Amino acid sequence: MSNAPKRYGFETLAVHAGATPDPTTGARNTPIYQTVSYVYDSADHAASLFNLQTYGFIYSRITNPTVSVLEERVAALEDGRAAVAAASGHAAQFLAFFSILEPGDSFVASQNLYGGSVTQFGHSFKRLGWNVRFVDPTDPENFRAAIGSDTKAIFIEALSNPGGVIVDVEAVAAVAHQAGIPLIVDNTLASPYLLRPFDWGADLVIHSTTKYLSGHGTSMGGIVVDSGRFDWGASDKFPGLTKPDPAYHGLAFWETFGDLGYAMKTRAVGLRDFGPAMAPMNAFLTITGIETLPLRMDRHIANAQAVAEFLTRHPAVAWVSYAGLETSPFHALARKYLPKGPGAVFTCGLKGGYDAGVKLVEACELFSHLANVGDTRSLILHPASTTHRQLTDAQRVKAGAGPDVIRLSIGIETADDLIRDLADGLAAATR
Amino acid sequence: MEPLVYPDALIRRVLHAVRTIAMVGASANWVRPSFFAMKYLQEKGYRVIPVNPQAAGQTILGETAHAGLADIPGPVDMVDVFRNSEAAGAVVDEAIRLKDAKGIAVIWMQLGVRNDEAARRAEAAGLTVVMDRCPKIEFGRLHHELSWSGVNSRVITAKRPRMMR
Repeated sequence: MSNAPKRYGFETLAVHAGATPDPTTGARNTPIYQTVSYVYDSADHAASLFNLQTYGFIYSRITNPTVSVLEERVAALEDGRAAVAAASGHAAQFLAFFSILEPGDSFVASQNLYGGSVTQFGHSFKRLGWNVRFVDPTDPENFRAAIGSDTKAIFIEALSNPGGVIVDVEAVAAVAHQAGIPLIVDNTLASPYLLRPFDWGADLVIHSTTKYLSGHGTSMGGIVVDSGRFDWGASDKFPGLTKPDPAYHGLAFWETFGDLGYAMKTRAVGLRDFGPAMAPMNAFLTITGIETLPLRMDRHIANAQAVAEFLTRHPAVAWVSYAGLETSPFHALARKYLPKGPGAVFTCGLKGGYDAGVKLVEACELFSHLANVGDTRSLILHPASTTHRQLTDAQRVKAGAGPDVIRLSIGIETADDLIRDLADGLAAATR
Repeated sequence: MEPLVYPDALIRRVLHAVRTIAMVGASANWVRPSFFAMKYLQEKGYRVIPVNPQAAGQTILGETAHAGLADIPGPVDMVDVFRNSEAAGAVVDEAIRLKDAKGIAVIWMQLGVRNDEAARRAEAAGLTVVMDRCPKIEFGRLHHELSWSGVNSRVITAKRPRMMR
């Protein structure tokens, strides 16, 4: 017998990680622990729980047995140390930054982000004294140039929504580490099946689990995963982790919990004090979704490639941004970082501009006109008239959401049916 | 330095066999990591005897603290070292000297504590050595309790979990 610890493949982890049979009943599937609270064995046990001296459940705002199965599963799939789930991807993003930013601090973010993140960072975070500087992510040096003494993190979508941009994660991680700050990657659009940012030097990963992880368009959720590898104590930049925390009677999370310190702080202070906990039912549906993640992603990618190739040949289409096409400027980066395929969300431009975009989304029968990605169903959206409408024209173009842009999230239906639906819709849009 | 690899079976064997732990560097301050570990291990049924010259004679979590390993009256199965890596060397040498008198079988150095030279001396003397790990974290990890905080335990099993003690 080998002396080395057992290692399991991605597909095995997708089904098993975090989920042992229920210790009391033997139930093999993860039960939905639809409970708010948990009894203490004694006053001393209660004190140990509240002081974080023992492991256990207190209140489902902080931990819940169904939610913790999801947390461990995603931590395992990302090959991270620990994870903290939240009610949505936006909530997870807020918690991720709350543990490391002080009022007056800044971070540098890619300008190619989901429009909701651009608004969250640029407007709502600003009111907390957290300042963002957006840069063009296609040159890693742009991040270095934007880092100042108050900068505490770099944030990117490795595979961006909706621009089809792929960021050189390894190079940006090197820039972050030279500045003594962590790289945070929103890995929603790739999922850990296609890309594991920790393998390329990222320190924290965020997901909207609402998308491919849950996979069926049923459940809101978000998660923060910590690699456990960033040395928060190497500088005085992160007092929230290294100094005694007055929100936790003087506990210093980094010293007391070591490589679990970031996750403990994010849970015991962030989740506790702001309260965006994931519902157990949503965790259950997301766990079930993850079991088929590898199977679904393979089909999503095969369909996306077929649809993208069809669109490049269509006379009403000016351009297609899918990095799986050899003509994409990001094709080389896609082969390096996403060898299984660059996801299934991409954009195309219509020669007919804004009006053609509106007509196409209304003419499709099979593609659902809605704001989501990563569903089993194929989805279509005209960002300029929906998700990105609150941005300025300049911001929209920067984010890859100009007036002619159509965003597609390709589902797992029969590829020929998707192509026929788009062909019919494009015919209607050009009439 | 080579990364340290300990099979789960070895950690399980140690945590199952040990009853009494001498905790060198134990603190009476409740926010110190050693206090967290001592309290947890006591709750899991281990007897933990604090060793700390500054606290000698004081009571920590119901146990009298001693100045050194030699001052502990009864037997000790495992020495858990909450000192820095360099200071761990002298603790290990004292444990080797006392191993037959006290019945010491295991040297455990805490998370962040690693002294390869001292480990070689201890192993040559027939002791089992674990370094750069925390017995609280390892006990919690192998019993799925660490998983309750969303930690990647790397334990995969289709068997119903059972407590080892």
